[in-house]
Amino acid sequence: MKKLLTGNEAIARGFYEAGGHVAAAYPGTPSTEILENMEQYKEDIYCEWSPNEKVAMEVAIGASMAGARSLAAMKHVGLNVAADPIMTYAYLGVNGGFVFISADDPGMHSSQNEQDNRYFAKFGKMAMVEPTDSQESKDYIKEALRVSEEYDVPVLFRVTTRVCHSKTLVELGERTEVAKKPYVKNVGKFLAAPAHAKVLHVTLEERLARLEEYSNNSPLNTVEMNDKKIGIITSGISYQYAKEVFGNTASYLKIGFTNPLPFKMIEAFAKEVETLYVIEELEPYMEEQIKARGIKCIGKELIPNVGELNPDIIAKALLGREIRTIEGLDNLHDSIIKRPPTLCAGCPHRGLFYSLSKIKNVMVTGDIGCYTLGFTQPLNSMDTCVCMGGSISTGHGAAKAFKQAGEDKKVVSVIGDSTFFHTGMNSLVDVVYNKGNTVTVILDNRITGMTGHQENPGTGYTLMGDKTIAINIPNLVKALGVEDIQIVNPLNLKETDAALKKALEFDGPSVVITRWPCVLKKFSQEDKSEFGCELKKYKVNEDKCKSCKLCLKSGCPALSFDKYAKIDPDMCVGCSVCAQICPFEAIERVGE
Amino acid sequence: MSNVKSVLLVGVGGQGIILASQILSSGLIEAGFDVKMSEVHGMAQRGGSVTTQVRYGDKVDSPIIGKGSADVMVAFEKVEAVRWLEYLKPGGALVVNNYEIPSATVISGAEAYPDGVMEKLEATVENIYVIDAAKEAMELGNIKAQNIVLLGGLIKAMGVEGVDWDKMVEQTVKPRFVDLNLKAINKGMELVASEVKEEVGV
Repeated sequence: MKKLLTGNEAIARGFYEAGGHVAAAYPGTPSTEILENMEQYKEDIYCEWSPNEKVAMEVAIGASMAGARSLAAMKHVGLNVAADPIMTYAYLGVNGGFVFISADDPGMHSSQNEQDNRYFAKFGKMAMVEPTDSQESKDYIKEALRVSEEYDVPVLFRVTTRVCHSKTLVELGERTEVAKKPYVKNVGKFLAAPAHAKVLHVTLEERLARLEEYSNNSPLNTVEMNDKKIGIITSGISYQYAKEVFGNTASYLKIGFTNPLPFKMIEAFAKEVETLYVIEELEPYMEEQIKARGIKCIGKELIPNVGELNPDIIAKALLGREIRTIEGLDNLHDSIIKRPPTLCAGCPHRGLFYSLSKIKNVMVTGDIGCYTLGFTQPLNSMDTCVCMGGSISTGHGAAKAFKQAGEDKKVVSVIGDSTFFHTGMNSLVDVVYNKGNTVTVILDNRITGMTGHQENPGTGYTLMGDKTIAINIPNLVKALGVEDIQIVNPLNLKETDAALKKALEFDGPSVVITRWPCVLKKFSQEDKSEFGCELKKYKVNEDKCKSCKLCLKSGCPALSFDKYAKIDPDMCVGCSVCAQICPFEAIERVGE
Repeated sequence: MSNVKSVLLVGVGGQGIILASQILSSGLIEAGFDVKMSEVHGMAQRGGSVTTQVRYGDKVDSPIIGKGSADVMVAFEKVEAVRWLEYLKPGGALVVNNYEIPSATVISGAEAYPDGVMEKLEATVENIYVIDAAKEAMELGNIKAQNIVLLGGLIKAMGVEGVDWDKMVEQTVKPRFVDLNLKAINKGMELVASEVKEEVGV
């Protein structure tokens, strides 16, 4: 049966059909749906959301050591977090087949950088596989697991946004049960003490040589000989773009197994064609290696290494083809407005950021999540954002610098509930231990919001739908050594203002927890009993409205202005933040 | 390759663009085409500019297109039509929702929602179909069905009617919304049918 699947759905399906046993991940666009879809196979596969990518990697490594076919999934920046265990697991080698996904984001559709993680495979001396569509995503997972077991190697399965989030047709197959391999204690292999690792490094180099032999014969690396004037070496989604531009007018070496590269194939292909192009997105990963072997080719001289590739960029770069658009577009230029993403109408973070925006002389260090948008107009209430879980420690560092320089600037660090569990906890330990004096605001919206509502250690449910212990954030924070803890409803501005004021006056580390569910969240039983009240919508009483526009400072997308303030009744969820901002009581509840 | 057609769907997050794209894709598969659908999401659930692309034909390679490459474009919001218009081929068809969603910058007063957008679009794009999808959907009982009204218009403009679209709707939307959405898709088809200029279907 053929079905339209995203690359992510196909990866999950491939792991299922390949007899996979254990899968773990932390959500991150564009990788999230891999584990979301794994859940449907929970009868056969244990799957979990781990608190961060390092933990997910370690869970999958442990399962592989025990003999299970295992998978860990993450986005490209998540692999930075998980780099520590994987670099060593490459030395140790596997027991059960082990694949980990790096979902890279060229073009930064939803990421803070566009690093090309193919270098991790070379750096870590691991095998690497790159599919070009959903069918290959499914098929290559099977081959990757087989190679992992046969060559005793972890496999980096590298995909990009356009593979992850494009739907293409896939032929579905049945699951083949693969028995878990027996576990046999072997400290020489699985215990990375220096004495063992020295031996393992030698084995690793030998393994790479064997893998290069495999690469030259791999069914994942194929030649399509057409006209020999132009030869193209390519991999991943770039193959589809190249094919779109050149069709059957060029010959292709399509590389699906990209570390180690199949140099015998590359040399033979290069001899056959007149002009050799290397078409790859982002960095010249293949090109550098090909040129280092003395093979002449053209790549990044013409194709940009910044941003996402597409067929038109290739056609323009290599064929000089100009793009033709509709005439008269210039006349329309004035009609474009900016449309930045915003916090949703009724988002519980809005109240907190509105309160924060009124405080002078503070630096607000931010983190990765919907609430990163607190930096945008009109809230303007965030100064920095570096990486997942980093807000508390960057805030701590900044506060120490201000203090040392004798400046009286205070620091507030904001972090989401899921992000706090991810790596924020470590940073809060640092603040306490090193006598920091910052305010940490944990924006607990009872779910992992930005990636589309995944459970986390605070929600009380697992990925597989089982009820579990919900980690109590206030108790956890207390256990980390914080004494000044306040819990507030961020929809109540007075309460939030007072809590921030008190926390900023406190000498020492303090924590404010803003607790209200994400406005788009499906309420759990626990949510219903805790937050259950049905909110009433609000409307503007035009007789009382003085057109001061203060309510617009909340940045709520349900509000607009046309002589008087207006509230879109289809968008309003009744959070009441605008009503609390209005000094004239012109915003009223609908019905009583 | 030459018979591959590209459709671009643009609008604002929360308008139901991805659902409409899914129904469209399932219908095109039913019609026997190779189909690739690509979406961009992740940054925020609501309020941002959102696009999806659907490409279909005998054999589709790239899931995405560049500027000047879309055969048909449907805009769920009129400024979004302007923003993405450079992706439409000269001579391509534009189905546009005569509907305004102010952005965060408009709400905060940083910039004004532009005047005369529809007039400018009509002056620039020859092959244009304007639909008041929000009004139509409201008359059918729920403004949220405007995405399916637009989908109906799109299908007509594409000239791919030889598919059981009702079945595709039934298979995709929640049971309690089936009736509403069936009315919506047929309304959209009807509205565009009255003024089809040139079909672009394969």
